[in-house]
Amino acid sequence: MSTDFETPTAAARGLGSAKSGTGHHIHQRVSAIALIFLVPWFLYAVIAASRSGFEGATAWLAQPWNAILMILTLGAAFYHMRLGMQVVIEDYIAKAGMKQGLLILNTFVCFGLLAATTLSVLKIWISAGG
Amino acid sequence: MSGSEWTDPRPMSPHVQIWKWHWTMAASIFHRVTGVGNYLGALLISVWVISIAAGPEAYAFVEGIMLSPIGQILLFFWLTSLLFHFANGIRHMLWDGPKVGFQPKVASGWSVFNFAFAIVAAATIWSLATNLF
Repeated sequence: MSTDFETPTAAARGLGSAKSGTGHHIHQRVSAIALIFLVPWFLYAVIAASRSGFEGATAWLAQPWNAILMILTLGAAFYHMRLGMQVVIEDYIAKAGMKQGLLILNTFVCFGLLAATTLSVLKIWISAGG
Repeated sequence: MSGSEWTDPRPMSPHVQIWKWHWTMAASIFHRVTGVGNYLGALLISVWVISIAAGPEAYAFVEGIMLSPIGQILLFFWLTSLLFHFANGIRHMLWDGPKVGFQPKVASGWSVFNFAFAIVAAATIWSLATNLF
């Protein structure tokens, strides 16, 4: 019996990690740094914008800075969410087909939300004549 | 295993059922739980943003859901979840960057602080939002 912590298969293959873990870690941290600044603005802005109905929300998103920060916040959030949910799925779902399916769904949901919310913000901003 | 002796020499992690709950463990688990909660909350916020672009009728429908008792409870939980993940996330940064706060007493105290911060800040923001705007 080997006292090596590697499994026999891993020792036979002589391979380490898939080499993408460091990149994942750094991307997670960089998007988190962006969100430290964006989330406080976001909470204030969404509360302020949601207090005066449809007209208030439209007028708020028609402001260039609000539109830019909204796209940045949602973009950073969806990116961060996708990386985080990927780890949760990889940790808890052992069944191969189910795991791959959920990872793909996670990617589709995050990119879908990014496209839909970005287009929404642009539509409001452009139709306001900003 | 069928009654056989444990022969694998590799270290086995302590089983979750024989662990005593402590603050750092709770904070770690809740970081993940709130992360998933924030994901679900982001779906809600996205629907709100999309409804602004979709027009007044769609916005009124979504606003009605958000202002209903269930909507308000979900939003309050989402706010608390977001603030916990925010505070605990900053701690992760300080662990990874300057590498501070690893001493057991500091780590435990900081965990308690993150829970307290999430609840107190959520209640404060909620009361400011309903009284000032």
